Amino acid sequence: MNEGQAGEFWRWPESNWKDPDVNWREARFITGGIDVGSVSSQAVIMADGRIMAYGNMRTGPDGPGSARNALSFALDDLGDMPEDRMDYLVGTGYGRVNIPMADRSVTEIACHARGAGYIYGPGVRTVLDVGGQDIKAITCDERGKVVNFLMNDKCAAGTGRGVEVFSDLLGVPVQEVGERSFQVKEEPEAVSATCVVYAKTEAQELLRAGGSVEEALAAYCRATAERIFAILDKLGVTAGFAVTGGMAKNRGVIDRLMPMVGLEFMKTEWDTQIAGAAGAALFGHALCLKGKKRRK
Amino acid sequence: MITAGIDCGTGNTKATILKDGEITGKAKVLTGFDRDKAVEDSLDKALKAAGVGREDLHRIGWTGSGINDVKMADLEVNEVKAMGKGANFCFPGARTVVDVGAEEGRAARIDAQGNTQDFAVNEKCAAGAGVFIETMSRALEIPLEEMGPLALTSEKSIPMNAQCVVFAESEVVGLIHSGTEKKDISRAIHEAMAGRIVSTIRRIGVNEDVVMIGGVAYNPGFVEAVRRELKLRDIHVPEDPEYTASVGAAVVAAEEA
Repeated sequence: MNEGQAGEFWRWPESNWKDPDVNWREARFITGGIDVGSVSSQAVIMADGRIMAYGNMRTGPDGPGSARNALSFALDDLGDMPEDRMDYLVGTGYGRVNIPMADRSVTEIACHARGAGYIYGPGVRTVLDVGGQDIKAITCDERGKVVNFLMNDKCAAGTGRGVEVFSDLLGVPVQEVGERSFQVKEEPEAVSATCVVYAKTEAQELLRAGGSVEEALAAYCRATAERIFAILDKLGVTAGFAVTGGMAKNRGVIDRLMPMVGLEFMKTEWDTQIAGAAGAALFGHALCLKGKKRRK
Repeated sequence: MITAGIDCGTGNTKATILKDGEITGKAKVLTGFDRDKAVEDSLDKALKAAGVGREDLHRIGWTGSGINDVKMADLEVNEVKAMGKGANFCFPGARTVVDVGAEEGRAARIDAQGNTQDFAVNEKCAAGAGVFIETMSRALEIPLEEMGPLALTSEKSIPMNAQCVVFAESEVVGLIHSGTEKKDISRAIHEAMAGRIVSTIRRIGVNEDVVMIGGVAYNPGFVEAVRRELKLRDIHVPEDPEYTASVGAAVVAAEEA
């Protein structure tokens, strides 16, 4: 493997987006939600509870800087809207206590449940959020209110970061991991190791024994799905199953997870990584309706 | 009587030649891709160092995570048994043996003959093993062998939140960016890792003397962090701790020859 290239396969594309049909000048309340995660940060701008722009990018070494960058990235699209036009800004995610421009912070569990209801529609009852550093399984009611949840944030097994480590090890761009993992003649057994470090050793052994890169990916995707399922199984899931976070984009894991869960997963056109920030912006909107204002 | 002990680990393969209760030769090679070759090479080198030939060997004892793949297996020695016998050979007063290798950490309680009475292994999570410090040394851009001595110069104990190797790496990068001194980060890394292995040790109870073996025992910062955490006066480390299990395998080979 080329040394200069090594360590870059995990890099996924950053993106921002604007709804051309929403005019910020006509909005009564403009609210923002910023989700600073361990691996990615998102900012969502809403006009009266409807998404009008968002930005999704890699979290940098400092939390406040990452929040600022994500917000600027989202605002970029809005061109002439001044930042102080925003009526309320809510922070969430792993770095939520470290977002100086936010008016308040809300836990990512509450935001993901709320945001999933927006990007998947009101039928959501179970939310699985798999991000860079944790796995959250949440059950919620018809208003997007959290009923129960379970979380794993101690170990990288089953998380997006684990997939990134594998994409680097095998030299496969992270967005292609899912597709490539299905290019096998026969589905291999899942790697048996829980720990990402051991799974790496095991994958190397698989390659050593003549296995293909695709087989190693399949074995790892299956292990990731099993790991995630263990948490879902503990919580208990109901129909109205929505997956948020970066892992929702990895078909290699999601398509292997679906038969384990035994439910049809809901579908969305939205970027699944923005669910937390969308939930935060919705909380901001609800607070505006109650008369809350920015501390300016 | 001359016997050999070979320990095929995930990092290195070690070989020791034992003649009438004395070590006369030893050698190690990187395990790498081809385990059979690593085993052959380490044995040949150790035999050369001892000045004897393969035909002089009464028996070869095998241990380590890679033994299943090795073709020339003769006498298979359980890893925990090898560590107990090896520690007993180096320190007859040893009652607790802690073995920290590249990917695994384990602890055993042994008797005066080096026989295992109880043991605990951590093979689910790499956070208490050598790969933890290796990964962090890369993140800090400090050579592995300087990590321990650097940690010893720190007077500040800062907690690490992450337990997982993968997450700890991100946390270390964050600490570097926030301007934390490298010596303090290094100490935090050693203390975090010590905390993991200590919880494995506590499962079997701590009886003195405590001996630490395995490649990570070369690291004085780690030995000190474990000593502090266990509140012990001293932890014994053999002269060449990485070879201890291969010594143990050679001892068992001599006992059963």
